[in-house]
Amino acid sequence: MLLKRTVKEDVIKFFFFMLAAVSIFIVFFVIYFLFSESLPAFQEYGFSIFESEWSVPREVYKIGAALFGTAIVTIGAMIIAIPLGLLVGIFLSEIAPFHIRTILKPVIELLAGIPSIVYGFLGATLLVQYLQPSFDLLKGISLFAGSLVLGIMALPIIISISDDALKAVPRDLKEASLALGATKWETIKKITFPSAISGVSAAIIMGMGRAVGETMAVSLVVGNIMQIPVPPFDIFESGSTLTSIIALEMGEATGIQTYSLFACGVILFIIVGTMSVTSNLLKERVEKKYKGG
Amino acid sequence: MSKKTSLEMEVKDLDLWYDTKQALKKVNMPVYKNKITAIIGPSGCGKSTLLRCMNRMNDIIDKCRIEGEILFDDKNVYRKNYDVVELRKRVGMVFQKPNPFPKSIYENIAYAPRIHGIKKKKSLDGIVQQCLKDAFIWEEVHDRMESSAMGLSGGQQQRLCIARALSIEPDIILMDEPCSALDPIATAKIEDLMRVLVKDYTVVIVTHNMQQAARVSDYTAYMYLGELIEFGETEQIFENPQEELTEKYITGRFG
Repeated sequence: MLLKRTVKEDVIKFFFFMLAAVSIFIVFFVIYFLFSESLPAFQEYGFSIFESEWSVPREVYKIGAALFGTAIVTIGAMIIAIPLGLLVGIFLSEIAPFHIRTILKPVIELLAGIPSIVYGFLGATLLVQYLQPSFDLLKGISLFAGSLVLGIMALPIIISISDDALKAVPRDLKEASLALGATKWETIKKITFPSAISGVSAAIIMGMGRAVGETMAVSLVVGNIMQIPVPPFDIFESGSTLTSIIALEMGEATGIQTYSLFACGVILFIIVGTMSVTSNLLKERVEKKYKGG
Repeated sequence: MSKKTSLEMEVKDLDLWYDTKQALKKVNMPVYKNKITAIIGPSGCGKSTLLRCMNRMNDIIDKCRIEGEILFDDKNVYRKNYDVVELRKRVGMVFQKPNPFPKSIYENIAYAPRIHGIKKKKSLDGIVQQCLKDAFIWEEVHDRMESSAMGLSGGQQQRLCIARALSIEPDIILMDEPCSALDPIATAKIEDLMRVLVKDYTVVIVTHNMQQAARVSDYTAYMYLGELIEFGETEQIFENPQEELTEKYITGRFG
C-alpha cells in the first residue's frame, strides 16, 4: 500500500516536472529563434542598424526610426498615464467613499480588458479627427496620436495596480500616522505612498510594458512611416514603432527585411525584459530596506 | 492615589453605532489627570471603540455614527469644526500590534515633529533622543538609529511606538491592549514604563488582562456589551465591586 502511494507520488512529481520543463523549453526556444533569425541583420549592418533608413526599393532595412518611434510614443504615453494613473489610484484607494469605489474599480478593470484594437479603432476614427483641426495639422495621424492612445490604454493598468498596492499598505500604518496628528494628505504622501512604492513602480512598469508592446492600436494611428521627424521632437509628424512595423511588413517581407524585422523583435524583447528585471530588482531592494535589520 | 485628582477628559452620554449595530450605549466616564485609567471587559464589549473615540480614530471608519459628548479642555471634541488634527496632537495613541513605520528608528520618532513644523536637525535630534530615553529604549537603539525599525523585536517595536507617541508631547496617551502581542518580559517593561509616564502624562489603557489592570492602573472601568457597568478606583473595583456583573467578571466566572 505504502509503496503504491510513493510510486504515485513519484509519477505525479515527474508529470509536473515535465510540464514545467516543456514550458521553460518553449520560452528558450522562442528566445533562441528570435535571436538566430535576427542575426543576419545585425551581421549585415552592425551598429548602423540603429540608423534611420528603411527603404524597400533600395533594400536597406535599418530600424532606427522604429526604435525612435517606440521611444517617443512610450514616453508620451507615460507623461500622460503616470501622473493621471497614480492620482486616480490614490483617489480610489485612499479618498473615494465606499460606494464610489465599488462602482469605479470594476469599471476601470473592465477598461483594462477591452481589446486593444478597439482603442485603436476609437483613436483612428474619433481622436485623429479631433486632433487635426485642434492643432491645425495636415493630418491627425501622428506619433502624438499614438502617445494619446497608448496613454489611455496604460491608464487602467496603472490605476488598478497602484490602487492594489496602496490598498495593501497595512491600515495600522495609516492609523499610526493619523493618530500622530498627520492629515490625510500628509499620511498619503509620507506613509502610504512610500510604503507602496514597490507596487506602484510595478504598476508603472507594467503600464509601460503595455505601451511598448502594443501593436494594433498604435499601428492604426501613428501613420506607419519609417522616419524620424525633422526636427525629431515634432511629435505631430507620422512615424512608426517597432511593433507596428513588424505587424505591417512581416507578411510580405523577404530576405534581409525579414531579419531586420526580427531585429525589431529582439530590441523589443530586450526593452521589455529589462523592464521586468528592473521592477523585480526594485521590489527586492525596497523589501530589503523595510523588512529586517 | 492620595494625590489631588483633576479631570482631564470626560465622556458624557456617548452612543456609537457601526452601521445599525450599537457598540456604545450611553457611556459616562471621567479620565483623571496624571492617572492610569484601565478599561476592562470581555471581547467585543466596546472598550477599544470607546478608547478610539477619545482621539476620534473612529472617524476613518465608514458608517460609524456617534452621539454624545467627550469633553476635553471644556470643549466637546465631537462638536462641529473641532480641529481633529489638533486633538490627535494632544491625545497620542499606542496600538495593539506594534506598528512602527517601515523607516529608520530615527525617522519613526522624527516623523510627527517634522509634520508639525520642526525642521532644524538639531531640534529633531534632541526630540528623538529624549523620546527614546523616556520610553526606555534609547540604550538599546542609540547605536543604530539609521537602521530599520522593522528589525527590532516586538517589545522594542512597541516601546518605539510609545516613544513615537511621546514625540508629539501629548497630554493623554491612549493604549489599546499594548501588550497583547508581547511576551511577559516585554510586557513587564511596558508596565514599568507606564508607571513612569503617568507622572507626566494621563494614560488610558484598554486591556483584556485583568492582572495587568490591577497591577498598573489607578482607576478601572468595567464594560459589558457596550455599557459601562462600573467605574472606580482600581482597588475598589477589584476588592469590593459594587455591581454583580463586575464581580462575576473579575472573579473569572465569565469573560
